Amino acid sequence: MSTEARSAYRRMEESITLSPLGEPEADQSGMSLADWGGGHETQELLTLNMGPHHPATHGVLRLLVTLQGEIVRDIKPIIGYVHTGIEKTAEDKAYWKVIPVLERMDYLSYFFNSMAYCTAVEAIAEVQVPKRAQYLRVIHLELNRIMSHLVWLGTSALDLGAISMFWYCFREREQILDLFEMSAGQRMHTRYFQVGGVMEDIPRGFLEKLKAFVDVMPGRTDQYNALLHSNEIVLQRLRGTCPLDAEKLLAYGVTGPLLRSAGNPWDLRKAAPYSSYDDFDFKIPVGTVGDNYDRFAVRLAEIYESVKIIKQAMEGLPEGPYITTDRKIALPPRHELATSMEALIHHFKLVTEGMRVPPGEVYSAIESPRGELGCFLRSDGSSKPARVHVRDPSFVNLQALSEMAEGSYIADLIATLAMLDPVLGGIDR
Amino acid sequence: MEVRRQALGGGSAVDADLLRIRQSSARRLLRGGDVEGPTPGAHLEDERIETDEMGEEELERYVHERVLTTTLDKAVAWGRSNSFFPATFGLACCAIEMMSIVAARVDVARFGYEAFRASPRQADLLILSGRVSIKMAPVVRRIYDQMLEPKWTISMGACCSSMGVFNNYALVPADKFMPIDVHVPGCPPRPEALMHGVLKLRKMVQEDPDMSWRRRYDAIGTEERASGASAAGGGQAARA
Repeated sequence: MSTEARSAYRRMEESITLSPLGEPEADQSGMSLADWGGGHETQELLTLNMGPHHPATHGVLRLLVTLQGEIVRDIKPIIGYVHTGIEKTAEDKAYWKVIPVLERMDYLSYFFNSMAYCTAVEAIAEVQVPKRAQYLRVIHLELNRIMSHLVWLGTSALDLGAISMFWYCFREREQILDLFEMSAGQRMHTRYFQVGGVMEDIPRGFLEKLKAFVDVMPGRTDQYNALLHSNEIVLQRLRGTCPLDAEKLLAYGVTGPLLRSAGNPWDLRKAAPYSSYDDFDFKIPVGTVGDNYDRFAVRLAEIYESVKIIKQAMEGLPEGPYITTDRKIALPPRHELATSMEALIHHFKLVTEGMRVPPGEVYSAIESPRGELGCFLRSDGSSKPARVHVRDPSFVNLQALSEMAEGSYIADLIATLAMLDPVLGGIDR
Repeated sequence: MEVRRQALGGGSAVDADLLRIRQSSARRLLRGGDVEGPTPGAHLEDERIETDEMGEEELERYVHERVLTTTLDKAVAWGRSNSFFPATFGLACCAIEMMSIVAARVDVARFGYEAFRASPRQADLLILSGRVSIKMAPVVRRIYDQMLEPKWTISMGACCSSMGVFNNYALVPADKFMPIDVHVPGCPPRPEALMHGVLKLRKMVQEDPDMSWRRRYDAIGTEERASGASAAGGGQAARA
């Protein structure tokens, strides 16, 4: 086969250098690999291609793993298999039409995607969000956080071999999606958050249903804890595997539960409160050593805290408008159109052209279930953003994977990847 | 349907005789009684006379009441359509909703499709759940090619049917590079919608087993076969 005819994949694979490694270090048991597999002259490195179609990579991540026996020596993540051109598409749409496109990036935290974008636009256009809208946003964000953690827990437990967790987690997820459907009309990618507030007020009966959910959720989380926290296999798989300390994590720019599991209580909800998060009383769960167990335990503990926040937001939900009354930003209410010419003009301008935003640049970050989700926005004064860039936590967190998992067993690599909780839609965008 | 069982009595010689008599009598029954053969056994005599006396329509009904006829194709299609093995293959947002059809609310196991297979070689249903980027398209095609026939595909969601809300340089609709049997609209479709699509596919396979992608794309005769010159097992398969 001539060189030209080689596929891009083959060339990519060949570009990876396999330099022979020295004598493998003895592990805790005092035995080196040579004791298991004969003399080291018989050993050779094995390059294993994981993905893009692999049930344990949580999407279409591709890992080129170099193995020495069962020990991972090198990991090269290859991404871009769900590259969707979202940032470029966003430049081509009016500000309010960008939201549904951006929501589909990290498909487990769609409320966070739209929140990051909306706060960026609100900052640049200096829009005041009414208190009720802020509280409604908090309720939906925290429900989304629980939902994301539930999907993470179900699929990660699946990777560890605990199959029934999946059914329990998806049972609660359906309850949350029912709530989303009630308030926004769709289960996923709801487009509920708008620039200046939320799309609609919550319907009658929503709060009762929400209350029923928050009453049941802590008990359910106790059940997960009972199933997993005292499960010998889970503990053996997670305790002490693939730790990384906070300093190194910070050097990589890792945020979210991964950083908190190493003991650094960095959480943007506390560090730089947005959307009235300073009104609520909640704790930031942190771990100690930053191994897989801590990553697992921190996320589970976050579910309790999210429930606490929802309860407070529900009880303290203020009356008032659910979206800003600035007619240059938000559509006028339907009944005004029949009586007010001005409302009709505003409506027409907003629907045909969209809102105009003064020129400027802004970076606005929120705490997504996976870490700091930031949205950079540059406006040139027109009705379309000049540039939208998203700092997605999954993308940044993935960098730390090789540092975490190199030198561990390949089975621990799977567990680490599960505890990393990357969402490929967010990585590739 | 009435199923009658009669014990075969006596030794082996008698058994062979009885079997031959029954075979010929069944043949006679189906062809209208004008078949030459050994004289039927005495215990079948009554029935023979009965059918002899029947008119054409009566005989037709008699056969219908007693004999379940089907083609092998239909029986196989019935079996296949009730036990799809979907591939565990998720692309993006729709993959989460695809996972929820396995969960308790929709519970795909009611229909017999819960056995998700991680290897495409063990799967016969590929649910394309999400957006297919240009980088991913050759991979998807390869996975599809690795699946053994008969195989079916569902394009789940707007993205892989028509590039959806994005509709930009990065995506490619699945129909451009592989045959799709059922398109499920939605962004993402509800689990119920996907379930509806799967049941549509079941209907298609049951009622129209000929409507395979090869028929639709005029590709009959392009099946890959193991060549006779390869390994012994392959050669046998080709001869068979």
